[in-house]
Amino acid sequence: MILLDRVTKIYNRRLTALDRVTLHIEPKEFVIVVGQSGAGKTTLLRLLTREEKQTSGKIIVGGIDYDKLKENDIPLLRRKIGVVFQDFKLLPNKNVFENVAFALEIVGVSNREIQNTVPKVLDIVNLKGKEKSLPLTLSGGERQRVAIARAIVRQPKILIADEPTGNLDLKHAWDIIKVLEKINRFGTTVLLTTHNQEIVNKLKRRVVTIENGKITSDRKNAEYKL
Amino acid sequence: MKNNSLTLWRIIRTGAINFSRNLSLVAAAMAVMVVTLTIILFSVIASVTFDNTIRQISNKIDISVYLGDSVTTQQVNGLVGRLRLLPNVKSVSYISQDQALAEYKAENASNKTLLTAISETNNPLPASIQIQPIDINKIQGIKNFLDKPQYLALQDPQAGTSYSGDRKAAIDQIAHATNIIREAGIIAVVVFAMISVLIIFNTIRMAIFNRRDEIGIMSLLGASPAYIRGPFVVESMIYGIISALVSVLIIDVLFAGSASALKASSLGLLDIGYADSFFKSHFWLLLVLELMVGILIGTASSVIATKRYLKIKPTK
Repeated sequence: MILLDRVTKIYNRRLTALDRVTLHIEPKEFVIVVGQSGAGKTTLLRLLTREEKQTSGKIIVGGIDYDKLKENDIPLLRRKIGVVFQDFKLLPNKNVFENVAFALEIVGVSNREIQNTVPKVLDIVNLKGKEKSLPLTLSGGERQRVAIARAIVRQPKILIADEPTGNLDLKHAWDIIKVLEKINRFGTTVLLTTHNQEIVNKLKRRVVTIENGKITSDRKNAEYKL
Repeated sequence: MKNNSLTLWRIIRTGAINFSRNLSLVAAAMAVMVVTLTIILFSVIASVTFDNTIRQISNKIDISVYLGDSVTTQQVNGLVGRLRLLPNVKSVSYISQDQALAEYKAENASNKTLLTAISETNNPLPASIQIQPIDINKIQGIKNFLDKPQYLALQDPQAGTSYSGDRKAAIDQIAHATNIIREAGIIAVVVFAMISVLIIFNTIRMAIFNRRDEIGIMSLLGASPAYIRGPFVVESMIYGIISALVSVLIIDVLFAGSASALKASSLGLLDIGYADSFFKSHFWLLLVLELMVGILIGTASSVIATKRYLKIKPTK
């Protein structure tokens, strides 16, 4: 599903964020990427969403070779990948329902289907009754769940979640993780970055550790280790 | 196809919402656009009006051949008949001494002393033949014909023949002034169109800057460039449409207002009565023209602005 072959990313010809990273993720896998701040986790995700271009190496996601990707194809690629951003990236002027609906609007889904789908997804992330709230009036955990709802509403084959539990207490963080596990059970490949040790240990999933831009360990059913 | 029209509808709706949210920013762009479109509309109407004025004055030009007192009706008829055969002659009419006197009295009906003086003498006015040329610039042929000795003999040696020299000079002056005004109009239109493109361009650029986060999010969610750009183009089309309507309204008020306020039918060279009636009879055509120009200016500037500032390329 996701294939990175000796991928290197160097910023401004000086700062090496990723150094010959090779990673292979199967369909329907649940993979946790751990590492300290600045280790290169976010860079990895930004390469996958094509916000950034790798300096060298090969990236193939869902059969799409990124080197052959034209500028016009980037929107199509991004529609296939659901992303939960570290800073949520919700539209401040739109309420919860509209934020989630927006992901469907831009790909031309009909209004009736939007009215149908969005409430179901908001139900999955436990946001029923918050449809009319604006992002600013929500708690961190609620915003995080809006972001997840928006990422999964198009039923992507791949879901990338960048520190979705970042600023949350353990109870709320665990709610989020449960949602991700649920989505994974439905058949979506999940790539989760976190540095929350307890969550990693409880999940018992494949854990990829990145340190200074390099993968230092890649273990199945693993616990947190740096 | 249904999908496309849905997307188009969403783009238009978003553009309209953005327009209403940006009103303070938009005001400057629209003000300049209104000025531009008003100048364009005024130039078009003024140009048509000047053309009409020149045509009307040209119609009044005629050649007056004053005849000697001894000329017989037969001679007159012969001359009139021959004149009618000339290529550049539109019409020929004979005005007898009595008719000339009657016209003269009618023209000076208010001047009692003049009328008394006239009636005390024998009719001093000569009979004449009025020739209206087709093209006032080619009257040389008629002149050559009249200068033949056999026809020269029929003419009143004192009064001679009037080729309306002074009026022709006036017409040339008007035509010259019209050309200057038209050229100035074109320059003003071009300058103001450029200024309004620049200002709209900047307005859109600022709107893009204000909404760069939103645009970034849209792009990350996989919105196509056209979907992101569309609302900005729609927004500036709305500037164009509203500005066109306002400029048409301004022109309407200007003509109606000045005609009644000045209680005059012309302002300098500009025949307001004609301009107003031209504006009213071609209202829809002019409105469509204004809308087209407004939409064109709006679209062009927003397409350039969005092309420049909406790059969705990945950073290297």
